Amino acid sequence: MDGMQTAEQDIATRAAKISARGVQVWYGQNHALRDVDIDIPERAVTAFIGPSGCGKSTFLRCLNRMNDTVATARIEGRILLDGEDIYDARVDPVQLRARVGMVFQKPNPFPKSIYDNVAYGPRIHGMTRTRAELDQVVETALRKAALWNEVKDRLDAPGTGLSGGQQQRLCIARAIATAPEVLLMDEPCSALDPIATAQVEELIDELRDQFSVVIVTHSMQQAARVSQKTAFFHLGNLVEYDSTTRIFTNPKDPRTESYITGRIG
Amino acid sequence: MSTAHIVSAFDRDLEAAQALVMRMGGLVETALLDAAEALDTRDEELAQKVRTGDAAIDALEEEIHSQCARLLALRGPTAGDLRTVLTVMRIAGALERSGDYAKNLAKRTAVLGQMTQVPGASGAIRRLAKAVVQMMADALDAYIRRDVKLAGDVRQRDREIDQMYNSIFREFLTHMMEDPRNIGPCMHLHFIAKNIERVGDHATAVAEQVIYLVTGEMPGDERPKFDATATGG
Repeated sequence: MDGMQTAEQDIATRAAKISARGVQVWYGQNHALRDVDIDIPERAVTAFIGPSGCGKSTFLRCLNRMNDTVATARIEGRILLDGEDIYDARVDPVQLRARVGMVFQKPNPFPKSIYDNVAYGPRIHGMTRTRAELDQVVETALRKAALWNEVKDRLDAPGTGLSGGQQQRLCIARAIATAPEVLLMDEPCSALDPIATAQVEELIDELRDQFSVVIVTHSMQQAARVSQKTAFFHLGNLVEYDSTTRIFTNPKDPRTESYITGRIG
Repeated sequence: MSTAHIVSAFDRDLEAAQALVMRMGGLVETALLDAAEALDTRDEELAQKVRTGDAAIDALEEEIHSQCARLLALRGPTAGDLRTVLTVMRIAGALERSGDYAKNLAKRTAVLGQMTQVPGASGAIRRLAKAVVQMMADALDAYIRRDVKLAGDVRQRDREIDQMYNSIFREFLTHMMEDPRNIGPCMHLHFIAKNIERVGDHATAVAEQVIYLVTGEMPGDERPKFDATATGG
């Protein structure tokens, strides 16, 4: 408890990695996100919670311009990464997504070898010049994803042959191989069993030394376990954003209280 | 907080834990009043009832603790629910200690029966006990009604209890100086008064739990102490 609170206090004084101001999203006529202001700290885990359709995944997808791929989506407001507007015309979304990586709900390894899954990003971004360098990048990413010891003797085996939990850690290795600064995770454990979930959560806790992690989760206990800051979304509004301890012991907004205590809100 | 959980068994569990605390509170109030009356009327039979009754209070505390452990393990309470469980456990602890003081009071009643009576003493103690029991009853009432104002009032009243105790303390000193034969009974009576005063502190602790439960914060301001014995007066 002490350690947790110390971590949260450190973060309170830390600079914002991502600052969003007045962010609004429409999907066609549907106003999915209303006027969101938020500062996401660097080297910390921030959790987005809320009922289905509350806008938390929509907002997560704004952070690396994944909504650009949705034809009907319209976005207003500003999102700054290290002070630079990511929706500026000069920003290349592909380059942006190398800096802001993403891990999805269902493990989705490419139908390639374990090695090639992790090497994919560094190759297309031309991050390495020699095979030896690439080997090193792949090994480092797999080690950071706590998967190296389980796969080091079968790097040529297909990624799809791994267990669900291993596949998800492979996807995390793939996401961190391009050395992103921010890692977005959309329900990364919802397809995993409790042991694999615990391993991914342990991994998230280690990753926050180097990355800003933003995680969307339906499991409030998971948000409580892994994050230092929690944002509660409801009906497209950011209702409350505070330290995770505060949100789970004494939230200010009655809607937050109703949701996290399992009442009809 | 007023709306029900989607999982209604959660509500039943929380209500059951709080009902146990209220039952425990009722037993403690009765034990304290009976002990004070037994002392005043030298009713050894009533004192005996208080002494044996403490086991039921202790058993209730155990039951509350296991109920709370179960709630924490199975329901994972958060926010107001978490604070409800925490306050139930702390209030049960305060009540258990108060029950022990009632039992100690009843034990000393038996010893005092063999000694010379100190004039006016048992009446003053009974008044002190009544005031303290009222504090505890109000603190528990504030808990059930989530009444922060009443809880704050209980906290302030602890000052009056301290003043009553101080005047009893001075009275006993006078009796002991007047006649050394009073020293034995006055020592016992002083322990009794001190123990009742401590029940007042536990009632204050219960009131503070009400404030924590409702606001999420423990009251910060230190209440002024009027315990002259602390400075040797």
